[in-house]
Amino acid sequence: MNGKPAKTKKSFSEFLRSGGVGSVVASLICILGGLLVGFIVLILLAAFAEDIPFSEAFKGIVTVLGGPFSGRDNVMFQMGNMIFQAVPLIMTGLSVAIAFKTGLFNIGAPGQYLMGAMGTLIVALSIPTTVVPSWIVWILALLTGVLLGALWGAIPGFFKAKFNVNEVIVCIMTNWIAANIVSWVFKSTGDKFINIAETKVNFIRKTVTNGVQTPTLGLDELFGGSYMDISIFIAIAIAIVLYIVINKTTFGYELKACGFNKNASKYAGMNEKRNIMLSMAIAGALAACGAALWCLNGKQDFKWDTYQTLPNDGFNGIPAALLASNNPVGVIFSAVFLKYISVGGSNLAAQTSFNEYVSPLIIAVIIYFSGASKLIKDLLAKKSTVVPPKIPDRVDYYKVAAEIAEDKAEAAAEAEAKAEKAVTEEAKTAAVEAAADPPDPPDVLPGEETEKGGTEE
Amino acid sequence: MIFLIQKTLIFTIPLLIVALAGMYAERSGIINIALDGIMIFGSFVGAVGAFLLRKVPFFVDHNQLTFILALLIAAISGALFSLLLSFSAIKLKADQTIGGTALNMLAPAIALFLIKVFFKMDRLEMTPAVNSAGQNKDFSFVILNNDMPDAGKVFFDKAYLSTFIAIAIYIILSIFIYKTKTGLRLRACGEHPQAAASVGIDVNKMRYLGTTISGALAGFGGYAYIATVANGTAEGTVAGMGFLALAIMIFGNWKPLGIALGALLFGFLKCVSVIYPQLSVTINGEKVFFLKNLNLPMYFYNLIPYVTVLIVLAFTSKRSRAPKAEGIPYDKGMR
Repeated sequence: MNGKPAKTKKSFSEFLRSGGVGSVVASLICILGGLLVGFIVLILLAAFAEDIPFSEAFKGIVTVLGGPFSGRDNVMFQMGNMIFQAVPLIMTGLSVAIAFKTGLFNIGAPGQYLMGAMGTLIVALSIPTTVVPSWIVWILALLTGVLLGALWGAIPGFFKAKFNVNEVIVCIMTNWIAANIVSWVFKSTGDKFINIAETKVNFIRKTVTNGVQTPTLGLDELFGGSYMDISIFIAIAIAIVLYIVINKTTFGYELKACGFNKNASKYAGMNEKRNIMLSMAIAGALAACGAALWCLNGKQDFKWDTYQTLPNDGFNGIPAALLASNNPVGVIFSAVFLKYISVGGSNLAAQTSFNEYVSPLIIAVIIYFSGASKLIKDLLAKKSTVVPPKIPDRVDYYKVAAEIAEDKAEAAAEAEAKAEKAVTEEAKTAAVEAAADPPDPPDVLPGEETEKGGTEE
Repeated sequence: MIFLIQKTLIFTIPLLIVALAGMYAERSGIINIALDGIMIFGSFVGAVGAFLLRKVPFFVDHNQLTFILALLIAAISGALFSLLLSFSAIKLKADQTIGGTALNMLAPAIALFLIKVFFKMDRLEMTPAVNSAGQNKDFSFVILNNDMPDAGKVFFDKAYLSTFIAIAIYIILSIFIYKTKTGLRLRACGEHPQAAASVGIDVNKMRYLGTTISGALAGFGGYAYIATVANGTAEGTVAGMGFLALAIMIFGNWKPLGIALGALLFGFLKCVSVIYPQLSVTINGEKVFFLKNLNLPMYFYNLIPYVTVLIVLAFTSKRSRAPKAEGIPYDKGMR
């Protein structure tokens, strides 16, 4: 197909079909669908429940859509908290996304998150800041958490690579194992870490009691005394680095190749087992990093007796990644969006007869639709063009037909040139006949044949 | 000993039925990661159904009937809920893992949202009601009391009706998938749908059938779980039981017998982790609480089931064989 003329300009349909834009449009359609379903649920409830006036439904959807803007508190305060709470979600979203790129479903983010939180808290609270500068403790705590998360994430990778055990199962098992280990460790260390001073015995001491805390650079005051600190910038930087690693480096290419076809990448000389383990370890490190950044804020209460529940931020990394089509930079936006909706949900609970569970409902519907995003993308592309979409992975008959037509056209052109050179009439017709195959009608002109080839495409 | 077997059965039954649910979906070619969500949805609707039924004095008097009806409601609602999964997987050709994940999020959201709107609580507790004879009729304890000796005691004293129903369902469905024409067709659709279609089997219909049976079983298992293990409380969670059942299904190599073994093993270990302080052996007429005396924290016993499953999986994975076509949307043109 090297003889094909270069495309002069992109049509609108191609613009829609071109990866990024199509994904964004499809995601937006999914979001709209989710909001619509949420709205319908509110209307139905308002219609059937006696104690909820009908107007509440409209107020409700506006409140959810308003996110931090619909709160009674200071908008900046809610905004700051929203951005801060989005940080662990961005990290778990990245964790799920990078595993997806390697064809693995990392449902183990909650466990990795818990292990990261445990490592971070132990280091941040046990090294006295009177001896070691607090910023060194901060870095050590972060690194410990990340390392522990990486090791924990590597377990499913190891089982997958060595024993070919489904990673989903190992992830589920390691989640509950992590939840029990974390509870066990904090139970056995007792008042060393548990917040007894404030009689909040269900929680670990805040790291700020040891003077360890992420720098805020005045952002907390800017955002009305919220929890805001610079962790959001760290998360964004990590997302961008991850984007570059996945899309611009050999390592990233190997990971993706592994995800597309494990056997093919092995055949091409890549160490697919190493890649699976590395990918899961990185995923674990990212989830743990989210937990570490959350804990190191200094003002957060970590519930230690967690053996019966797994952290929500771990599971919500899955929708964050799916909504962003596993694009690391997209995860930043999807995670902030998810938190935006859930802040709207809390405001809804505070102001109307509905409750905060409407936001996970909306998010779930969005994810449901996003499963069909490929279909939506195809429909979008089909609607705005007449040319049927290409058939991938199979013998492309259009292409073959075009190639044959082109070859014919070339032969015909050559024949025409030859014919012009030929002196006698007989030689000319013979050459044309030889070119056109089958020659029907026999007196066809070479020019017509070319056009025919063109339309066939 | 009898006490231990009874308790093991209680933990085993939901796992057995839900793992069987997973098997039916996956054998027809649909990955059902939404088992947990369907359990939650089924248990929630079943609990609401039982709650409403108990407003009628007749149903308060006939506890066993209410229990069976609630199980039926849970199964039907589970089947309906699973249609969301099969629709997205078959009609929309969506990624089945994503569809399942969405259902897993949707079910607790719906359950908690409605419980809070209508009951003004975070959980729906099925409180005991007073029957016409003035007796307290406990909701969750639908028990057959019988004073049979030894072996009979295991099954008929303090046993739940759901146990017998579940065992019957298990036997019937195990025979169904292996010994009937429809069962064979269903399995064919999970292995090579194009080949199945070439001999005139409607692949999509079979896949709808598999997923719907799966949904009904998961809903049943969900209500059996909250009525027995969770003491009759619906609060938008089944403590990850659905995921455990999924693990047991893989552990059991997508076969009924393996699933039963896995569910028994896991149910036993899970049961020990809950009741270990009460376990005793009688030596010289004295009760010895041997596990309690070890002074290990309960977290240790909680860990054992999960670690055991991991170790066993590592050793048995070599002969593990998933249905070949599971997770792949059926495409007629791929023949």
